[in-house]
Amino acid sequence: MERFTLSLPSVPCTRADAAAALCGVVSSGNLEILVGRGGAADRCDIEVNTSAHGFRDTWEAVLTDAVARHAAGGLALAINDAGATPAVVSLRLDQALEALEDRA
Amino acid sequence: MGAPWNQRAARRARRLERLAPLTRGREIAAADMVAALEAAIEPGDRVCLEGNNQKQADFLAESLADCSPERLHDLHMVQSVLALPSHIDVFERGIANRLDFSFSGPQANRLARLVQERRIAIGAIHTYLELFGRYFVDLTPDVCLIAAQAADADGNLYLGPNTEDTPAIVEATAFRHGIVVAQVNEKLARLPRVDIPADWTDAFVVAPRPNYIEPLFTRDPSLITEIQVLMAMMAIKGIYAEYGVQRLNHGIGFDTAAIELLLPTYAESLGLRGRICKHWALNPHPTLIPAIEAGFVESVHSFGSEVGMENYVAARSDVFFTGRDGSMRSNRAFCQTAGLYACDMFIGSTLQIDLAGNSSTATLGRIAGFGGAPNMGSDARGRRHASPAWLRAGRERAGDGIATRGQKLVVQTVETFREHMAPAFVERLDAWQLMEDMGMDLPPIMIHGDDVTHIVTEEGIANLLLCRSAAEREQAIRGVAGYTPVGRARDARMVENLRDRGVIRRPDDIGIDKRDATRDLLAARSIKDLVRASGGLYDPPRRFRNW
Amino acid sequence: MNRPHRHSWFEADARARIAGLVDAGSFRELCGAHERLTSPHLAALDLPAAFDDGVVVGEATLDGRPVLVGAQQGAFNGGAVGEIHGAKLRGLFERARRTRPAAVLLAIDSGGVRLHEANAGLIAISELMRALLAARADGIPVYGLIGGSCGAFGGMGIVARLCDALVMSEEGRLGLSGPEVIETVKGVDEFDSKDRALVWRVTGGKLRRSLGDATMLVDDDIASFRDAARSLLARPVPARDLAALDADQRALAQRAARYAEARDGLDIWRVLGLPDPGAIPMLDAADFNRLLASLPSPTEAA
Repeated sequence: MERFTLSLPSVPCTRADAAAALCGVVSSGNLEILVGRGGAADRCDIEVNTSAHGFRDTWEAVLTDAVARHAAGGLALAINDAGATPAVVSLRLDQALEALEDRA
Repeated sequence: MGAPWNQRAARRARRLERLAPLTRGREIAAADMVAALEAAIEPGDRVCLEGNNQKQADFLAESLADCSPERLHDLHMVQSVLALPSHIDVFERGIANRLDFSFSGPQANRLARLVQERRIAIGAIHTYLELFGRYFVDLTPDVCLIAAQAADADGNLYLGPNTEDTPAIVEATAFRHGIVVAQVNEKLARLPRVDIPADWTDAFVVAPRPNYIEPLFTRDPSLITEIQVLMAMMAIKGIYAEYGVQRLNHGIGFDTAAIELLLPTYAESLGLRGRICKHWALNPHPTLIPAIEAGFVESVHSFGSEVGMENYVAARSDVFFTGRDGSMRSNRAFCQTAGLYACDMFIGSTLQIDLAGNSSTATLGRIAGFGGAPNMGSDARGRRHASPAWLRAGRERAGDGIATRGQKLVVQTVETFREHMAPAFVERLDAWQLMEDMGMDLPPIMIHGDDVTHIVTEEGIANLLLCRSAAEREQAIRGVAGYTPVGRARDARMVENLRDRGVIRRPDDIGIDKRDATRDLLAARSIKDLVRASGGLYDPPRRFRNW
Repeated sequence: MNRPHRHSWFEADARARIAGLVDAGSFRELCGAHERLTSPHLAALDLPAAFDDGVVVGEATLDGRPVLVGAQQGAFNGGAVGEIHGAKLRGLFERARRTRPAAVLLAIDSGGVRLHEANAGLIAISELMRALLAARADGIPVYGLIGGSCGAFGGMGIVARLCDALVMSEEGRLGLSGPEVIETVKGVDEFDSKDRALVWRVTGGKLRRSLGDATMLVDDDIASFRDAARSLLARPVPARDLAALDADQRALAQRAARYAEARDGLDIWRVLGLPDPGAIPMLDAADFNRLLASLPSPTEAA
């Protein structure tokens, strides 16, 4: 497993009750994303646990774009990944973050 | 002295004379098959062994491999597909040493090893039509070993639903004084229909077990991913609908299966029934059943059949080509011709695409060949008839210039990364390395970049017809290459400019909400759903069942 | 093609199954993902963990009556029971003894013990069985629901048969040793695990219903599972005295004798006197249930 954390700039999430939500299932080529409360209102804190080694820069690029697309400031994301491709990771991030926006 | 102009006929007579003691009428006993081949074939002969995508003359292949290398050697094999271990055994045992072929999927590793050991000299790797063409020019078989469903006592053959290459092979062999030997599954007093007349054949054997057929075109809908659904939505709305594609071929794969399963749902909701996907050059894909039942499809001509689809095809004779006996009739040579000249679109997947749009399924250490995709996936420059889709693509390519011809739509649909994070977009195709390793003349490119018109990925659609320079083309490809190193090395400003011009279109740009891309959109989500959709006519192979 | 689209139980994940099974919005998860009760064993082996360890447990209402619910996540390590996973389910049954819900609903989707966790997994599943039986002994009915891709095998196959009643879809499977295990140990002639049609005829919901192992057979549809659970809830709590156990035992002995020669579900359907056994796999649940009900003695046990 490769594990790292990132803190990326993002528009603050307006949801005061952005409680823990889980999106996806850990299975081969797939991942789960746990959304919870983070620290600074203009940053999104992300913890990545992935079974694929050597793709940290790809993760950073995917995550940077995702939190730029959505209002994820003040949130913390925790990811358990079993080898998902960036396409699947992006889709799950959109699902997890849009679910919050819709409920807002 | 016989006339010097009829030596092939004399040679044929000589072989038949040697074969005569081993035949009763036209029939050879299975136990005598090795001896019969040793009698009919001579060292140095060019032998066509029928091996297709699906149907295999497997008993004849094994019998040939069991022949004595002292009796038979230096054979030149010409065959479209090397699929069975026995196809390679023929070379390993020193019976044959030259090969011209099209596709070698399952045997690609062994083939590459034998080439490197210089035990096989490959003449060329062909497309199907190209190889069939050469059967009539400079690769005419001396002997062909074919597979049929049934024979009668006279030697007439019934091919069943899987015709595939048989007519092309037999025509080339029989009419240039070659020997035609068939393996059949059964001998019947009366055939359901005659597909190959007896005076084109020389002998047949009832094989100890039915010829092997691979269910190559069955894709289980339960394995289609949301990303594939998204890309199918993009292809339907961004290409099929835009160009009004009515005549087409689909490559094999889950990407195209997803498109087939979205026709009765998503395409229907866009009002596209009757406007797209009416005529197909396609094997009877089980995943096309819901679209047929929904009234999308007017006609389907096929290269071969598909295991389990026999009853469905027979019951839908308005759609499929069937004989007077009711059973399916397919034909690879004609269907390839249809795909090349009479279709407006080919869409398929690939393993690697480079910055010029060249695509390849070659991987190191394997010689997999081409099959039919390059015929389907190339613009037919000999085409003259027009259609709206063809004309529009031609105009897009011509830009401000004058369009004197249209253009076939050749679409590659790929996820930016395959399994295990292997990028689909690369700076340099593995095909180049394979060319060097194997001493080939050219890299084995499946579809050339100058034939590709669109690339669909989860990130967007690149319309290469609208690119005005090699640099634009490169950025259009990088612009849909996602997070691959090729995609991340894009010139972001140029990509945004291409997007403004509609060269690159994102899902948002064509009005697709990614959240709608769920498996709920699939008209069938399991093989069982396909059986239900067929009214119980589709009988899937056991390995695809979960009931 | 205007067949109303089903919400497939087989395709849904554990959370979606629960959401469709109980009263809308009533589910409250316990020991949820945010508590990050992940497997220490998978971490030690440097393998991907899941924040819920592959099982979702909590409380909800069904037809307004309180129930406890557990659902295994078949996609995560085959729904296999590890130490945490097992402890969450065991806790669910222990909670049932305190809160006395109308029933515990257990959506099983598991190949059994998580092999990575060895003895810890075995102990966890034994404790789960003990807790389940204790809850039943306290008069709380336990209903199992099987319709996921992993079925109910190994220890979870035993857990399934400890339930008061089972609801299955045809796609769901129930057995002790999985098909691959049987083939590996006894050879392909004994059981060809690649013959999927055979595997389902032997372990699938229709055969299990025919033999009485499953109480109800439903289509692969979340709403059908919900309807089945509601009807079970409306029944009186099943008897569990010695006489009932003896009757079960006798029925099992009779069944073993009656089908001693059967090699395939087809044989059993033939002995049962069902017309055209070969056509049974394609029947809808409703048609199949009608056919079974038309027999003089519909099923063997239960």
